Amino acid sequence: MFAPPSAPVLRTFVAYVEDKPGVLNRIASLFRRRNYNIVSLNVGRTHEPGISRMTFQVEADRDMALRIEANLYKMVNVLSIEDLTEAQRVVRDLALIKVLIAPERRREVLDLVQIFRARAVDVSPETMTVEVTGDQGKIEGLVASLRPFGIVEMVQSGTVAMSRGSQGEAARAAHGARAPVSHVA
Amino acid sequence: MEPAKKAPPATPSPAPSVITGSEILWDTLVHLGVETVFGYPGGAIMPAYDAMIKYPLHHVLVRHEQGAAHMADGYARVSGKVGVCVATSGPGATNLVTGIANAMMDSIPMVAITGQVPGGLIGSDAFQETDITGVTLPITKHNILVTRPEDISQALKEAFYIAKSGRPGPVVVDITKDAQQKSCLYAYDPSPVVLPGYRPERQVAQGEIERAIAMIAEAERPVIFCGHGVIWAGATKLLLELVEKTGIPVACTLLGLGGFPASHSHALGMMGMHGEAWVNKAIQESDLVIAIGMRFDDRVTGNLKTYTPHAKKIHIELDPAEINKNVKVDLPLVGDACEILSQLVPNVRRGKIDPWLRRIADLRGDTAVIDIKDLPDNGKLYAAHVIMDLWKLTDGKAIIVTDVGQHQMWETQYYKHDYDRRLVTSGGLGTMGFALPAAIGAKFADPKAEVWVIAGDGGFQMTAAELSTIAQENLNIKVAIINNGFLGMVRQWQQFFYGGRYVATPMRSPDFVKLADAHGLMGLRATNRQEVAEVVAKARAHEGTVVIDFRVVQEDSVYPMVPSGADLHDMIRRPSGEAAPADAAGTAHNPIFETGEDE
Repeated sequence: MFAPPSAPVLRTFVAYVEDKPGVLNRIASLFRRRNYNIVSLNVGRTHEPGISRMTFQVEADRDMALRIEANLYKMVNVLSIEDLTEAQRVVRDLALIKVLIAPERRREVLDLVQIFRARAVDVSPETMTVEVTGDQGKIEGLVASLRPFGIVEMVQSGTVAMSRGSQGEAARAAHGARAPVSHVA
Repeated sequence: MEPAKKAPPATPSPAPSVITGSEILWDTLVHLGVETVFGYPGGAIMPAYDAMIKYPLHHVLVRHEQGAAHMADGYARVSGKVGVCVATSGPGATNLVTGIANAMMDSIPMVAITGQVPGGLIGSDAFQETDITGVTLPITKHNILVTRPEDISQALKEAFYIAKSGRPGPVVVDITKDAQQKSCLYAYDPSPVVLPGYRPERQVAQGEIERAIAMIAEAERPVIFCGHGVIWAGATKLLLELVEKTGIPVACTLLGLGGFPASHSHALGMMGMHGEAWVNKAIQESDLVIAIGMRFDDRVTGNLKTYTPHAKKIHIELDPAEINKNVKVDLPLVGDACEILSQLVPNVRRGKIDPWLRRIADLRGDTAVIDIKDLPDNGKLYAAHVIMDLWKLTDGKAIIVTDVGQHQMWETQYYKHDYDRRLVTSGGLGTMGFALPAAIGAKFADPKAEVWVIAGDGGFQMTAAELSTIAQENLNIKVAIINNGFLGMVRQWQQFFYGGRYVATPMRSPDFVKLADAHGLMGLRATNRQEVAEVVAKARAHEGTVVIDFRVVQEDSVYPMVPSGADLHDMIRRPSGEAAPADAAGTAHNPIFETGEDE
């Protein structure tokens, strides 16, 4: 094994959940009760009505990761769960950063925006808002570069992740499990 | 859901009719096989109560909703079925909380039905409004808020299915008052529940079974742990076969007692904090642990760093979240204990374990000499005597419902359970006040059984009001109060670990004989060992509930004891030759106790 079992690392999970009121509360309550510290959490709808997909990141060692998986698996509203930490995956975060900037200095910010493959999405006489997508490292890099101009607001979406290659295990289980039980009437 | 559009199934089930949510509630429960419910009415559940009389259900009116939850719990433990309790919104629902948490910790299938304020008032801090699904989120297996009559039947079916399947647990169904009052077209739908996200069953790979068989064959000092899961899986016979075939001795957890017959030559007894010395020593010396349906609770393991230092571990467990939670195991077999054992049993063979069995016999002999039951009668009454005699006089066949504390541990040591579902006790949560209401549930689950409560004077008083329920229901339950005038277990900890400062543990109790009398029940008292057989015989001959006040030695302690967090083999033993050291020294008796009675 690469990591000794006692070393907690940032682990990334995806979970498919039923899109019902209170489901997020149930999951948050489980994390609190079991003393798991959530670093990042994102929830959104999927292409299939009634199914939401969560991505969450937790500092955990391998054993704890297995128990997190098992505890979520037990929840009635959780359709499937997968630990993507050791899988080939795409991990993305979206950030909006509003910088205080006078019109004559906008060019400097736009240069930085180009380097980071970000884009300007809003300007006003005093501010410019930049949208950036990438992993946490890239976002932190842009934030550090913009900080001298004066950041007045910033928001991050929370990390979203997806495995590379064919349909992920959790996706297969979730969408499969939702397939109609019987087509014959 | 639009049931109106669907044609009724071509089964004998009744044609759909328009009825109220309240009627749907009871009709569904009747279809689910419910015969008895334990509850207490109130504003938000009144529509449901009003409709109840039309259905063939027996409702037991409790004196406090906590009692209702414990009754449903006791009912489930004895019957193996789902226990049902009912309460109103707000305080009714919150009073259930302790009982629900207790059921959760011990994996008991229970459905708690609560009334809720009308849907339109939710969130307005209406009279008697409590967000009970929010409150019970971490102490239920699942919970459901129902706001429409159309959803009541399905919610209850799901609740029963979730409560009973997989690792059992409590489910709360919170139904708004308007959902109870409104009507809709209804016919009971007998089709099985399908929940896409709930899949309690798991398959064990064949390779893992073969590895387990090899580990068992190679072991020289193996032990089997019988947990609560053995009983709920219905795997007691298979466990017996496993032992007959392999000769491996069995230690039980508190809730596993009865899962393997205590009188069997290979039964070790209970493990853990108050397990007998030979049990814990054998566990510490073992080289293979086969743990079945148990979760390595801290009261079982003691210090995890020094726990079973030589043993490999096979963990047969239904709940994957229990694997490697407290103790790292070498081979987890996640699945139903019955299925796994039925694959194991035909293929296991006996290893070279005869020296190990001789070693265990030696360990047993060492302890017996200082056991209190073997000491000469010194005229004093010990709790151990009461329980020992009760075991003999009831032929070991009674349903024993204990409370929590010293008497509970003495029960495990002196009442030998050969049958499962005959010991009802609060394990994980350690809920004082559990015994009396749980015994009512036990009695309804098995009305012909002889049911004995064993409770301390402290725990008994926590729910003593349920004596009134017993009287109203005309039940026949025998109540043995092990009365030592102290909160005995806390007092014992104060003696051992807090410099003997008895802070808030001396307890004055009412005259329990008169209390019984006030309820129209028989009350008896015993103060020495000769009287035990006498009062027990009198109680058993009486067709009705009897409360017996056993005035036992005040400052006796439960031995052996592994102090909290200590190594499992590091036990405080009963000082040899002296039954109760503090008593023999004649120190600090509880003055309240002395003046509390006229003798």
